[in-house]
Amino acid sequence: MKNFNLRDFGADIWERSNRPVRVAIVIVVIGLVAMMPYAGAGFLATPIAAYDAVIVYPVAIFVLMSLGLNIVVGKSGMLDLGYVAFFAIGAYTMGFLGIHTSLNTWEIMPIGIGLAMLAGVMLGLPTLRLRGDYLAIVTLGFGEIIRIVALNVSWTNGPNGISGIPMPPDIGPLKFRLDDQKVFFWVVLAMILMTIWMIRRLSVRRPGRAWEAIRQDEDAAELMGVPTLKYKIWSFTLGAAVGGAAGVLYGSKNLFVAPEMFTLNVSILILACVVFGGIGNIWGVIVGGVILGYLPDRIRFISDARLLVFGLVLVVVMNFRPDGLLPRKKREKALVKKGANS
Amino acid sequence: MFTVFIDQFWQLTISGIALGFIYVLIALGYTMVYGVLRMINFANSEIFMWGTFGAIVASRDLFRYNQTTEPATGGKLALVLFIQLFAAMAFAAVVSVIVELAAYRRLRARGTNRLATLISAIGMSMVLSETMRLMTDSRPVGSPRILEKVILTEVWGAQIRLDTLITIVAAGAIFIILERFVKLSRMGKAIRAVSMNEDAAKLMGINLNRVITVTFLVGGLATGAAGFFYVTVYEYTKFNIGFTMGLAAFTAAVVGGIGNIRGAFFGGVFLGLAEVYASAILGTQWKAVTIFIVLVLVLLFKPNGLFGEAVQQTRA
Repeated sequence: MKNFNLRDFGADIWERSNRPVRVAIVIVVIGLVAMMPYAGAGFLATPIAAYDAVIVYPVAIFVLMSLGLNIVVGKSGMLDLGYVAFFAIGAYTMGFLGIHTSLNTWEIMPIGIGLAMLAGVMLGLPTLRLRGDYLAIVTLGFGEIIRIVALNVSWTNGPNGISGIPMPPDIGPLKFRLDDQKVFFWVVLAMILMTIWMIRRLSVRRPGRAWEAIRQDEDAAELMGVPTLKYKIWSFTLGAAVGGAAGVLYGSKNLFVAPEMFTLNVSILILACVVFGGIGNIWGVIVGGVILGYLPDRIRFISDARLLVFGLVLVVVMNFRPDGLLPRKKREKALVKKGANS
Repeated sequence: MFTVFIDQFWQLTISGIALGFIYVLIALGYTMVYGVLRMINFANSEIFMWGTFGAIVASRDLFRYNQTTEPATGGKLALVLFIQLFAAMAFAAVVSVIVELAAYRRLRARGTNRLATLISAIGMSMVLSETMRLMTDSRPVGSPRILEKVILTEVWGAQIRLDTLITIVAAGAIFIILERFVKLSRMGKAIRAVSMNEDAAKLMGINLNRVITVTFLVGGLATGAAGFFYVTVYEYTKFNIGFTMGLAAFTAAVVGGIGNIRGAFFGGVFLGLAEVYASAILGTQWKAVTIFIVLVLVLLFKPNGLFGEAVQQTRA
């Protein structure tokens, strides 16, 4: 094994610094990222969209969803192949309530999150007590079912989708506008930061330890008295909540939702972000989300073959770097190796 | 709502059984690989899709049939159908072995976690379906009509067509041959040994890699045969048909108890009937939803399937 890896290098700097230095690092990094919309020189724009729009969707929203999916796939080791379903539930909640009621985006947000979590519990209860591969195929089916239902029931307008969804109301001096998406970027950034904060807090507490134990050896965890089903459902539901939140915001940003936005490919792309960056490691997942969110739009010339390329990337990365580009900490990895091949 | 169902009950039953036999063969692909690897072969649905193209390539490019040519008759018909079946099985078996070599073997040798293997198989299934999508420009491909769909007889008002009859008889025969192969042959014995206890089988001198490759090969043959019957009955294929068929066949395998070869048979027929009845009652757009609900209900109440799993359940 190599002695140097970026993940450990970063962790090293972090662990050696004291509190004021850490606060400074965090503020500088957040500040730099928040300035990103201003860095939009022409060469960063992609052929189909302006730079400041691209960093909102797909890049920032992909990062947000990857972080959510990472709770399920990375932290507790369950494979969810229908993550787009929660995104769709959020987006359709926004669409439906935004059109038919006077609620605004921020009031719909908790409803969308709640519905996504409810769907997570309903899907998780029958399947999470079974083997992992069942979960994979049931979630795969669920993702498609949500799309088929949206296509065929009347209140979603079928294939025409819901249009005319209202924008979020202004927050003080910050105005949401279509031609200038800085404010959207900052909102998604805030949501990403909240998600990171939530994951980091949970990781060092009981749920995080339970997930870690479940991921490494579920039977052993259960024997040690970890209520595995409960924590698996929690993990699944939290992942769903992040997906739902991303969906609500996306609906409100895009002003339009339609079933063809929520295909299986989105689930696979988000999973690719998680896997490509490094399963279980927040920074790896962010890198994966940024790369896989930005590149496909940038390299439009291969865009027709881009899912093919993604498939190949998945196979190759899994075969040669099963832990992704920026793997999780060595200490955690070593423990997985021992419990592998079950 | 129920009038169509009641009026055409026997007709529906016959097409349900024919569809069910197609599911049986695909489910066999899932169940055999599951038996030895304890892992779902995600690429199986795409292997099926490649099998359908194998059948069409044989009739279109080998025998130069097109949409305007007359259907074949007599000995020519039997020959063309047989070559089509052979081509579909060969295509699918080759693809299946490629999947094993590219997506599974290296990771198995490294002994890495199951998640990595599953994701690599998903990647492989994307590669397969996307390659086909690019090769066919995302368009559906119609199959030239080889078999005149004559109505042989009517039973209780239900027409029995030639293609339905061929599907039921031939698919049943292929199923029995494969089932006998696993039960009686030396290789089949090795496959069963590996599925019972991998380590003990290895200690008895069984070449694990070879057994697994043969399992993928046999699973691919069964799945490819299903592709041929699909083309014969529906005369059409597309790069994305694998998904719904795969989900249905997987559900069939779970209903029958995954890993259990005979269970796959009953599961397949059960699912074929359930799907056809549900389409008649609720409308075809809810077909996939019905399949999914059946899957969740079975997992909820009988997680080992209606016919029991072949080997003790192991957890992820």
